[in-house]
Amino acid sequence: MDQAPPAVQAEGVVKRFGPTVALDGVRLTVQPGESHALVGRNGAGKSTLVSVLTGLHKADAGTVAFGGEPAPAFGDTAAWQSRIACVYQKSMVVPDLTVAENLFLNRFDDNARWISWGRLRRRAERLLADYGVQVDPSTRARDLAVEQRQFVEIARALSFGARLIVLDEPTAQLDARGIGRLFGKLRELQAQGVAFLFISHHLQEVYELCTAVTVYRDARHVLTAPVADIAKAELVAAMTGEQSAGATAWHAGGDGAAAPDESAEPVLRTEGLTVQGQFEPLDLEVRPGEVLGLAGSAASGNTALGETLAGMRKAGGGTVRVHGRAVRSGSVPHALDAGIGYIPEDRHDQGLVLERSVAENATLTVTDQLGPWGTVLPSRTREFARSVIASLDIKTQGPEQPVSGLSGGNQQKVVVARALAREPSVLVAVRPTAGVDIKSKDSLLGVVRRVADEGNAAVIISDELDDLRVCDRVLALFHGRVVATFASGWNDGELVAAMEGVGERE
Amino acid sequence: MTGTVRPLAADGIDSGPKGSPAGERPLDRLKLIRWSDFSLVPVILVLMLIGFIVSPVFLTSENLISVVQQSSELSLLVLGQALILICGRMDLSLESTIGIAPVVAMWLVLPSEGGRFAGLGLLPTWSAIPLCLLVGLAIGAVNGFLMLKLRVNGFIATLGMLTMLRGLHIGITEGKSITDVPESFRYLGKSEWLGAPAAVWICLALFAVGGAALAWLRHGRSLYAIGGNPEAARAAGIRVDRVTWIVLAIGGLLAAFAGILYTGHYGSVAATQGNGWIFQVFAAAVIGGISLKGGRGTLFGALTGVLTLQLVVNVMTLGGVPALWNQFLNGAIIIVALVISRFASGEKQD
Repeated sequence: MDQAPPAVQAEGVVKRFGPTVALDGVRLTVQPGESHALVGRNGAGKSTLVSVLTGLHKADAGTVAFGGEPAPAFGDTAAWQSRIACVYQKSMVVPDLTVAENLFLNRFDDNARWISWGRLRRRAERLLADYGVQVDPSTRARDLAVEQRQFVEIARALSFGARLIVLDEPTAQLDARGIGRLFGKLRELQAQGVAFLFISHHLQEVYELCTAVTVYRDARHVLTAPVADIAKAELVAAMTGEQSAGATAWHAGGDGAAAPDESAEPVLRTEGLTVQGQFEPLDLEVRPGEVLGLAGSAASGNTALGETLAGMRKAGGGTVRVHGRAVRSGSVPHALDAGIGYIPEDRHDQGLVLERSVAENATLTVTDQLGPWGTVLPSRTREFARSVIASLDIKTQGPEQPVSGLSGGNQQKVVVARALAREPSVLVAVRPTAGVDIKSKDSLLGVVRRVADEGNAAVIISDELDDLRVCDRVLALFHGRVVATFASGWNDGELVAAMEGVGERE
Repeated sequence: MTGTVRPLAADGIDSGPKGSPAGERPLDRLKLIRWSDFSLVPVILVLMLIGFIVSPVFLTSENLISVVQQSSELSLLVLGQALILICGRMDLSLESTIGIAPVVAMWLVLPSEGGRFAGLGLLPTWSAIPLCLLVGLAIGAVNGFLMLKLRVNGFIATLGMLTMLRGLHIGITEGKSITDVPESFRYLGKSEWLGAPAAVWICLALFAVGGAALAWLRHGRSLYAIGGNPEAARAAGIRVDRVTWIVLAIGGLLAAFAGILYTGHYGSVAATQGNGWIFQVFAAAVIGGISLKGGRGTLFGALTGVLTLQLVVNVMTLGGVPALWNQFLNGAIIIVALVISRFASGEKQD
């Protein structure tokens, strides 16, 4: 096997999206029959690389070769399918069709005029048996367990001739036993010469399954090493890179900002706040001038916590108090009146009405303050919009421009403007800098910091270390539980380890 | 209510060199007006030119008034549907409401003996109009209950409502027309104010009120947010379900009011009153630039949509197109108008 050409070899791949460089001359080599892990924090370029490798995006520079041969022409889907396939987090099967149909979708029979269902089922049985997948081909795909669905997708990919499968966060929706079955199957297939590119946030799994690991950071290749030769701490260090703490003016404790007064009455307090299946009863206290960070991955329940604070979700139990007064659970208007401002996780999902103007979006929470008797006066709306455009430095043609025409960073600033419009005494920000450029990032976090410095409370919910750096205090959540608390000036590695559920604190 | 909004403090953020904010000069603001809302205005002008060429009768005030008179009832349904579509829902049952609401009102007020239609005579005659409006409101509220509380599919729920109400209409009237129309209905349908039918003025006023509400009232404006992105609207503190419910009820109310005007104008309620109108309603709304997906469109656009459809029919009638071909041409016109407005506005209609 040593002489066999690598299953995939990418060299010097560059990919730009407008001004952003998503991949900056990265490389990756996966040997046949190898499980190769690709790790890196959000925005490191992993998914862009997968898009390039699977032929969804055309690289701006660099070469990709499969099994020693150059990659097929861009757009030749069939040729790409016969070399590589990706099992995405999102299901790519048709849920109401049977397994057999899903396996041979659009290639039911090569020559026959009519579909022979019997023959189709037998072909499916043969294919599944070849790879030892124990699934009845006449089951509907929606009835499959998550890992069985993944097996079917893998078998389908293999039937196209692909010998390299990309697994994008395959364990995200699996329980421990499902993970065990998936890994068992992957090892079997590896023995048959199938190579896997394994993308995961769970470093523990990388150690369990993979033989080699490649780390990307900020669109660049950092290292490639056999898993056996690299300690977890080194891996985490490679993912997070050199610390640049203190480099930014808004860093907690920097800039002469008054330290949170320990004796002051907390602005925001939760008692036993919980949502079934999302996070366990939680007591929080955020004092005036304090920015609290709630660190955790998507599955940690911290997003649900943010939504509960903002009234988007009804709490299963417990109370939220602002300045000592209880806030009615599950009602955004009440939360707004209590003084909770909310920057939602996904600006496209909960943040913006894309077709409407900057002015309208920015004033969505204050429509009751823009004129007498329930009117919304265009002049006051515009005036308000101008003031936020100026104060947040939103790059727009004017208040009337639809937000769909703004860049990501400027769209996010509109969301922030909306949250700040009511001058909240508590600002809840969920991943406030997702998908924005570095300059907008700085100014967005600066805004959050300033809200706190004016004597209010702020909560940042994120898994981005840069977001959390503005915080005076960071709680790390894992599976709905607070697993660690860090004071300002924490060490990147420890925090990442706590968020990923590894490390000595678990 | 009118607490002042303090601009966010500008200090503390590195904002770099700021150009003069765009949108300040009138020319810039002009560029950002959605011209697509006016895309049917030239079409209407062209139609009027064609009408003028086809027949000298076209540009007489009698003919034009009859066009707007005939548009008035349809335009009220379009107004209701437009509001509902903007907040991302649809209500097919409006076309049955226009018939059933007057029927129920008349059923309750007409005496049980003496007339050709035996009512129940339960309530005084003056209550006919309030009753009719109440019925419309109730139908809209039930639609809202089905869609927002039970979360059933709005298309099918209102389709069922359409069929059910039509059946109720036929059941109550035994399939016959009611000709004993209360005087109050007749007054609204028949009288003229300032040289034009009262119905036309009322419609224009309602469109103006609706347009003003969408532009200048916080709850009116929230319709666009709800239709454009209900989750974002919710996150901004808008009571999405409550507003949607009210809009559905208003839609029913407007349809019932259209029923009053129509009944008053023709002096009777036929068993088929409103039958098949819903296609025209949707056609007019979409041609007028209202998105079926919600969050987009103006009432002005919807009004031009109604006028376009009615003008085409009028021009054809004057041009001597045989009545038997009307239905075929109606459908064809809708498709042609749809294509024209698609390219005139340059926006996809999805």
